[in-house]
Amino acid sequence: MLGKTAGGLYWMARYMERSENYARLLEAGLRIAMTRSSAASEEWASVLTTAGGRSAYRRKYDEFRQSQIIDWMLRDRENPSSVLSVVKMARDNARLVRTALTREVWESVNECWMTLKDALAAPVADRDLPDMIDLIRRQSALVRGAMLGTLLRNDGFHFARLGTFIERADSTARIVDVKYFVLLPSSISVGSSFDNVQWETILRSVSAHSAYRWAVGGEPTARSITEFLLFNRQLPRSLAFCYDNIANCTNEIAAEYGEELDSCAKARTIAGMLRNSSIEAVFDEGLHEFLNGFLDQNAAVAAAIEQDYRFLE
Amino acid sequence: MLGSGDATREPYQEYRQWFDSEDAGRLNRKSEQAEGFFRRTGITFNVYGREEAEERLIPFDIIPRILSAREWRKLSRGIEQRVRALNAFLHDIYHRQEILRAGKVPWQLIANNEAYLPNMVGVSPPGDIYTHIVGTDIVRTGDDEFFVLEDNARTPSGVSYMLENRETMLQIFPELFAKVPVQRVSDYPQSLRRSLAACAPPRCEGKPRVAVLTPGIHNSAYFEHSFLADQMGVELVEGHDLRVTNGKIAMRTTRGYEPVDVLYRRIDDDFLDPLNFNPDSLLGVPGIMDVYRSGGITIANAPGTGISDDKAIYSYMPEIVRFYTGEAPILKNVETWRCSDPESLQYVLDNLAELVVKEVHGSGGYGMLVGPAATAAEVEEFRAKLKAKPEGYIAQPTLSLSTVPIFADSGLAPRHVDLRPFVLVSPAGIDITPGGLTRVAMTEGSLVVNSSQGGGTKDTWVLEE
Repeated sequence: MLGKTAGGLYWMARYMERSENYARLLEAGLRIAMTRSSAASEEWASVLTTAGGRSAYRRKYDEFRQSQIIDWMLRDRENPSSVLSVVKMARDNARLVRTALTREVWESVNECWMTLKDALAAPVADRDLPDMIDLIRRQSALVRGAMLGTLLRNDGFHFARLGTFIERADSTARIVDVKYFVLLPSSISVGSSFDNVQWETILRSVSAHSAYRWAVGGEPTARSITEFLLFNRQLPRSLAFCYDNIANCTNEIAAEYGEELDSCAKARTIAGMLRNSSIEAVFDEGLHEFLNGFLDQNAAVAAAIEQDYRFLE
Repeated sequence: MLGSGDATREPYQEYRQWFDSEDAGRLNRKSEQAEGFFRRTGITFNVYGREEAEERLIPFDIIPRILSAREWRKLSRGIEQRVRALNAFLHDIYHRQEILRAGKVPWQLIANNEAYLPNMVGVSPPGDIYTHIVGTDIVRTGDDEFFVLEDNARTPSGVSYMLENRETMLQIFPELFAKVPVQRVSDYPQSLRRSLAACAPPRCEGKPRVAVLTPGIHNSAYFEHSFLADQMGVELVEGHDLRVTNGKIAMRTTRGYEPVDVLYRRIDDDFLDPLNFNPDSLLGVPGIMDVYRSGGITIANAPGTGISDDKAIYSYMPEIVRFYTGEAPILKNVETWRCSDPESLQYVLDNLAELVVKEVHGSGGYGMLVGPAATAAEVEEFRAKLKAKPEGYIAQPTLSLSTVPIFADSGLAPRHVDLRPFVLVSPAGIDITPGGLTRVAMTEGSLVVNSSQGGGTKDTWVLEE
């Protein structure tokens, strides 16, 4: 497969994943802003930080106002990570790699772009936001369904999956990091009861609030939630789950090509680290430090994949 | 659809029966469904110089254009004869130039032609095939009267519409194909791959590897490039994916550089090789012409084929056919006045309002004058152009083109059409897919069918014997 094509598949999947993650962040932000109007501005600011567009946003707006943030994250073309921007990028990449996609996958990406372009042609009123988020998630689910249901399980599929999980791991680590102060054991030990709304927000932003009850159960604690998001190997958005898949994809490619490259070894190391770490050790090291280290390693794996498989000249 | 009087012409009879039993509301819904289908598939067409409407749909009409097996036999025999002559002509022009020596075609027309490539002199492409893919434009003026309008021997486009139009018809009217026996077009991509592979270069080792070379996603025909690559199961490459290694062209894959043997290029000669042609080209591959000349790669169509399909050479096609095949041309040529000839120029200037004037090197319906449809000011503007550069133009009479019905708001309405069948040429033979692209002028009375000028398309049916 062409290096360019591998890169196009990877980025198509990354951008699709990003649009979905944005929609989830907005949903969580909206929920917390509705239930706690006093802290709304602060919450929206943290949503922006998680999304990684805070400084660009500040260049355009002075304050963290809900309607502006929603508009910035959904449809601002100046924001390279707005849903509209990333869906356009996903579609451009899909066009570039059209030959590596089935008709169903291409049509689902194309339809996603056409639908969201129309739906986001005008600003979205607050009361319509839940429907819009729903629409974004549904479009994303259609693309994923078409990919899982129709793509050959060859190198191309694995490159696309790598894009999905690299992006998702990045997103989950950022979500936890932005809220890490809520999750520190000290924030409970000072006597305040654990913040229900906050933890629910975190779980919602990875669509795991009911999964938590089934997989872990019991009263949520900072420790159990953090452990769940970092190390649970059944939760599709946990770091461990992402890296099981990344390691698996790089292994599959290595097997297909008969050659193991740097990215494969790097991915396997991180997957092993996530499997063998304990939440106690993470809190001892410092959650923030652990997550920062992880984000760097994740970026290094992404760079190694790009290099190993010649995405660029 | 209608012949003399109001009788339904024979090939349309079965379709007509079906159509008359259909209800207009249902057909309207089907028409909308077809548009949705095209939009979702992304069969778009980029219009240059229009920022907002970067991608546009070509209007699709749900009424098929139908040819009988008998009509098709005559057409395909005529096209095959012409394509043979074109290849023989190209070989001759780049070798012994016997047709020039025989005085059948004036040598100035070759020597001063910008489509003539001196780099190709003495080069014999693999299998001696120059035009691997041809899209002959044909119009009809009467029951058995077919004219060739253009030979399109460079990189004819539109074949994806032939395929997708049929696919759409199969989706929206599946029952129709059970009633009317229509010849298949869907084998085209596999035939194309086989035909290209059969033209592998001398230095090809093992199974020939084919790739499609596109200028990129912003090109107006990008959809078609990716569609064909996908349907053939071959890589779609851009210039920057390729380079010369060990005297071969190789593409950058996830596992290193791998050789390409046959390149179906959809970029113009001028952009093919910055070392040999336009030095500013970022679309091509530096050094590819040297690899080509040394038998390391097949380029389809061969560089330099443009010399055979410009509009001045076109006017000599009847002589060219006779010279190389020894036969009388089966398909007619439209009478053509070459404005480089002073007498012809005078005639053209005197009758400008009745004629169609085209640029010798123009395409896409741009830079042409359709006299009867033009305003007085447009006619005068062309008069000035003609006087300033007569050799740049040819003129033809406006033919009374046949019409076929389209599905309009008011019901069936006649519109002018042309037809572009697609021809594959390899050492194994000439293969013409039964069907082609029917382009239709969507505006009443208009003769311009080009999609860049608002023309639409139709599915084209060739009935079984």
